[in-house]
Amino acid sequence: MTMDFKQIQELVKLVSKTGIAEVSLETEEIKLKVKGSYNPSSLQVSPSPQIVMPQAMPTMQAPVAQSEAPSTASTEKQAEPNKEAAPAEDNSNLITFKSPIVGTFYRSPGPDKDAFVKVGDDVDQGDVLCIIEAMKLFNEIESEHSGKIVKILVEDASPVEFDQPLFLIEPK
Amino acid sequence: MFKKILIANRGEIALRVIRTAKEMGIKTVAVYSTADKESLPVRFADEAVCIGPAASSESYLSIPNLMAAAEITNADAIHPGYGFLSENEMFADVCQKYGIKFIGPRPEHIRSMGDKITAKETMRKAGVPVVPGSEGLLESVDDAKVQAKEIGYPVMLKATAGGGGKGMRIVWNEGELEKAYSSASNEAKASFNNAGLYLEKFIEEPRHIEIQIAGDQYGKACHLSERDCSIQRRHQKLIEESPSPFVDQALREKMGDVAVQAAESIGYEGVGTVEFLTDKHKNFYFMEMNTRIQVEHPVTEEVVDYDLIKEQIKLAAGEPISGKNYFPELHAMECRINAEDPRQGFRPSPGRITEFHSPKGHGVRVDTAAYAGYVIPPYYDSMIAKLICKARTRDEVILKMQRALDEFIVEGIKTTIPFHKKMMRNEQFLAGKFDTSFLNSFDFSDLPD
Repeated sequence: MTMDFKQIQELVKLVSKTGIAEVSLETEEIKLKVKGSYNPSSLQVSPSPQIVMPQAMPTMQAPVAQSEAPSTASTEKQAEPNKEAAPAEDNSNLITFKSPIVGTFYRSPGPDKDAFVKVGDDVDQGDVLCIIEAMKLFNEIESEHSGKIVKILVEDASPVEFDQPLFLIEPK
Repeated sequence: MFKKILIANRGEIALRVIRTAKEMGIKTVAVYSTADKESLPVRFADEAVCIGPAASSESYLSIPNLMAAAEITNADAIHPGYGFLSENEMFADVCQKYGIKFIGPRPEHIRSMGDKITAKETMRKAGVPVVPGSEGLLESVDDAKVQAKEIGYPVMLKATAGGGGKGMRIVWNEGELEKAYSSASNEAKASFNNAGLYLEKFIEEPRHIEIQIAGDQYGKACHLSERDCSIQRRHQKLIEESPSPFVDQALREKMGDVAVQAAESIGYEGVGTVEFLTDKHKNFYFMEMNTRIQVEHPVTEEVVDYDLIKEQIKLAAGEPISGKNYFPELHAMECRINAEDPRQGFRPSPGRITEFHSPKGHGVRVDTAAYAGYVIPPYYDSMIAKLICKARTRDEVILKMQRALDEFIVEGIKTTIPFHKKMMRNEQFLAGKFDTSFLNSFDFSDLPD
């Protein structure tokens, strides 16, 4: 059984999409192992069937899949927890301010007005960070912390759900 | 027809609605609390919106968050399922005001049938036989004593805002009345925030027989025959079946016609259930009306070959009914499988399900949102699956149910499967001779594995 590059790509996509932990494939021509990114809270699928055929010959290596893998599938390393919306830089001290309600997120009090906050601003506990509108009711959302706005994670006028990360704040 | 339905519920009923909506080509939005993030409805719906933390009051019961979720997803209809806000008149009203179709009856139907006392009065006026009882709410224990004497013991104290068996007490004589009154009143206040009680004659050897009805927006209603829900523990249904072993065709037609009459008298829209109590002489009395889809709806679906959720959606979209009534062509039975330990007083058993294999095969249906690896959250009700079997005769259904229960593997938590296994071998149950008091004398300690 031969596998072309497209088939390998499909296999990698399948692993990442279904959350399968690992797929191993060995044929005469190739030996392939694809490991999915491991999210501890996701649906646990029972061990995926191993397709093993005799005489594995290393003409096509795992690294081929690795270089083309979507960002969520890591083919070599031990499975690691998949962090949502994690910026590249170290954010272990930053506080993620999450939406307390469901609605539409607005950065400013009105269409022609300035945004409540922008990146780099200092905010105090109780300062209004944004408006979340639901059913024509405009709720002013206040900061729970004092600190600096490091990142704004949602675009103006976009829908947000409960617990959705809105701002990254560097606490004082 | 609707383009997108938001399901304001969770668990197996949310999945049930999503399945039928998909079959109808309608887009679906699942809402979920943080505790239900990994649930099947969330995975199967086209879109999902997190609407709050685990506590129901802040998520599934939060009207603002539900409406906001409908708004940001552009849903044009909301299906409330059962429980939660399905019989909340304010929620139906808010949906109406915001131009989002509440898949269910109008707010006024919910209001008139939701208050048990008003419902009885409305039915009595419509010529429907009702259980003899107090005139309106009881004013005091002394008022209760006077009325109980008039009605004749035994009597039942019931909460006017009640449901699920809460706020109810049987009183066999005047000596027990005072204690029962304060106990029922406190329970009602705690469960429904309404301590109001009324009195009813306690029917002896009562069977709980309910009629499924459907009404369109043009004043016409029809019925889909009865379900016998007499097997109850503390007024919570555990096993339901159709047809009832107690009901012959003559009684079925009589009760069905009265149920249709009741629905048409209030211009009821959507699907609903008219609950009756029958006595040993085959008299039947209106008890209450449930203005929503019910947990046990699959029993009727299996014997009249009808998709009741599809019917609900069609009725809400303004389609008329034919007016034809439906009679059972087969026999079906449902066992409610709860995450409870029947050997320990049905103590709840939440936690992780490590193995889950549901029975399959000819005439076996399982409605569930559980799966191997699923963690049952402790915040909501304990039902994890409904096992429904159907066959040509009641005897065959029971044999099938025995087989299906033996095949049902759930590990990691305790379930009520052992209880159902014992029921399916109980002589009295097999003979169809039971009423709502049946489980009062049931031995729960000696159950199979």
